[in-house]
Amino acid sequence: MSATVSISAPSRAKARRRGFNWHRMFTITRTELKQLVQAKDYWIPMVLLGAIFFLVVPTILLLTITKIGNVSVVSQISKTLAILPAEAQAQIQGRSPEGRTAYALAVFLFAPVAVVVPLTISTAVGATTLVGERERGTGEFLAHSPATAREIYTGKLIASLVPGYLTTIVGFGLYSLIVNLIAGPDVGGWFFPTAHWWLLMFWVIPPFLAFTLSLVLRLSARVRSTAAAQQASGLVSLPLIMISYTQATGALFGAAVSGWTVGAIAWVVALASLFRGVRSVSRARLLGVADGI
Amino acid sequence: MSETNLPPVVALGNVTHRFGDVTALDGLTLVVPARRITVLLGPNGAGKTTAIRVITGALSPAVGEVCTFGLDPRVEGDDIRPRCGVVSAKPALYDRLSGYDNLLYSARLYGVADRGVSERIRAAAGRFGIDTALEHQVGGYSTGMKTRLALARSVLHRPELLLFDEPTSGLDPESAHAVLELIRDMTDDGHTVVMCTHLLAEAEGLADHVVVMEAGATLVSGAPDELTGRYWPGDLVFLDAESPDQLDRVATWNGVVGYDRPPGGAAEVRVDGPGRIPDLVMGLVRDGVRVTRVQQHTPTLEDLYFAVRRESAGGGLAPVERGVVPASREQIGASR
Repeated sequence: MSATVSISAPSRAKARRRGFNWHRMFTITRTELKQLVQAKDYWIPMVLLGAIFFLVVPTILLLTITKIGNVSVVSQISKTLAILPAEAQAQIQGRSPEGRTAYALAVFLFAPVAVVVPLTISTAVGATTLVGERERGTGEFLAHSPATAREIYTGKLIASLVPGYLTTIVGFGLYSLIVNLIAGPDVGGWFFPTAHWWLLMFWVIPPFLAFTLSLVLRLSARVRSTAAAQQASGLVSLPLIMISYTQATGALFGAAVSGWTVGAIAWVVALASLFRGVRSVSRARLLGVADGI
Repeated sequence: MSETNLPPVVALGNVTHRFGDVTALDGLTLVVPARRITVLLGPNGAGKTTAIRVITGALSPAVGEVCTFGLDPRVEGDDIRPRCGVVSAKPALYDRLSGYDNLLYSARLYGVADRGVSERIRAAAGRFGIDTALEHQVGGYSTGMKTRLALARSVLHRPELLLFDEPTSGLDPESAHAVLELIRDMTDDGHTVVMCTHLLAEAEGLADHVVVMEAGATLVSGAPDELTGRYWPGDLVFLDAESPDQLDRVATWNGVVGYDRPPGGAAEVRVDGPGRIPDLVMGLVRDGVRVTRVQQHTPTLEDLYFAVRRESAGGGLAPVERGVVPASREQIGASR
């Protein structure tokens, strides 16, 4: 038995979509970050990771170089600097072999640190962000809410980007302090950050981070479980870490123009990927009933 | 305009929705009258949750007409969702956040103004008796507390349409009763409520409008009284006697519109009005029948549900169940 219902067909001509609501997007970002702050078991390892890369390892290495007083070790490391490109060698400053070695290590060796830390942290956060909503059942709440797919995607993207980038910026500041305090006297004063590092931190790293996250969020929207998301995002982010590592190192070694070019290309690719990534978020996926998940 | 003349808040016409090879809704047709409690009744997999998702536009069926507040949720979902409050079967709360933060998140997503939001949160929580636990992390809440918080969240932005998907799932009887009372109160405030359940006992007395669903389609819908009247015209009385076969004579008496008696069992007699019952008893006594039981019975939603499902299964309209025992989930499941 079924009743017949007379429905006056809703006018599709009147159909309209509401514009992007920044307030709603930031609400999603803020709530996501608030949950992250509550999850100490999650962020403490991330902070430790940043501390090891930005503080512990550089401190030990620079102290070893500048305070060890072992001339042969320093001279051996100093010789290895000869393999650096001519542009990089020309930048090296220092009043003594210790100073020149410390300068080279501080400026060139730790370039990958600035890449590995944000990518690792943001990937870990981003991988669980959408699939986590589904697993917890909160995807149902979001699917029925007024938030649009674009607002949810952008809110989650920023929430994933902030922890990694924030750790990097804070770590970068502390790293600068350590480098200048330990190696500064041998180099001839405060020398860090160099112009290339500023370029790296604010022009080259962000698009690599954004591009990686756009892929990770797509994965997070499509996979069935958090574990699968983390595995898949690891596979995606590893080659990207390698690529961004080489590009970041190149940007530091080469002329400033190279850094600007690498960053510009990375931004174009990242923005294109971000815009495409919006499509990966749908209400059906938040509910866990879309085909293919 | 009187409430009965208000246009329906929701109307679905021949809606079909598939998840891959599985048909969740199969030509579903239903209406939700304004300012009433509409209960979607049906076994697991009947399509109740999918129907709720279609109503808000969370899912977009490819086939059929969907109309919520006179708009098509597939196209104008952004205008519909802020006017709806949903409580899903799983409370869908953020365990790491406090109760207050969960409500604040919802308030901001639904565009509640920052000014006075704290008072509004505390008022909503107070209404559902959860205000004292607002500062605690939701992960430490009991199931009942989570349901209450989810209910508070659903009304925070003052929606016109409330959609509750098995809101008493996992609750103890006391908490379930309290939640149902709160839902009843909401229609007094002018809300329209759609509630999904497969627990007949909780729909009884709560539903103003019933939609019995099965396999993604509506089996029957209407007001409970109207439906029971449709299925069991007249009043129903159970009669028993020391020799039950002596009861069969009443089948042809004036005012008796239906009669059924299983071999050796009590008789189920439908009469054209309650005034006939004393006549029946007096007639039987006069004929020397030793009557042992006279019980007037008003068919319940449970009777209706099983009758409708039996009919849809091709078993014809069976007699009502003897006794009024609330069906458990297991019983309902076993009846499928």
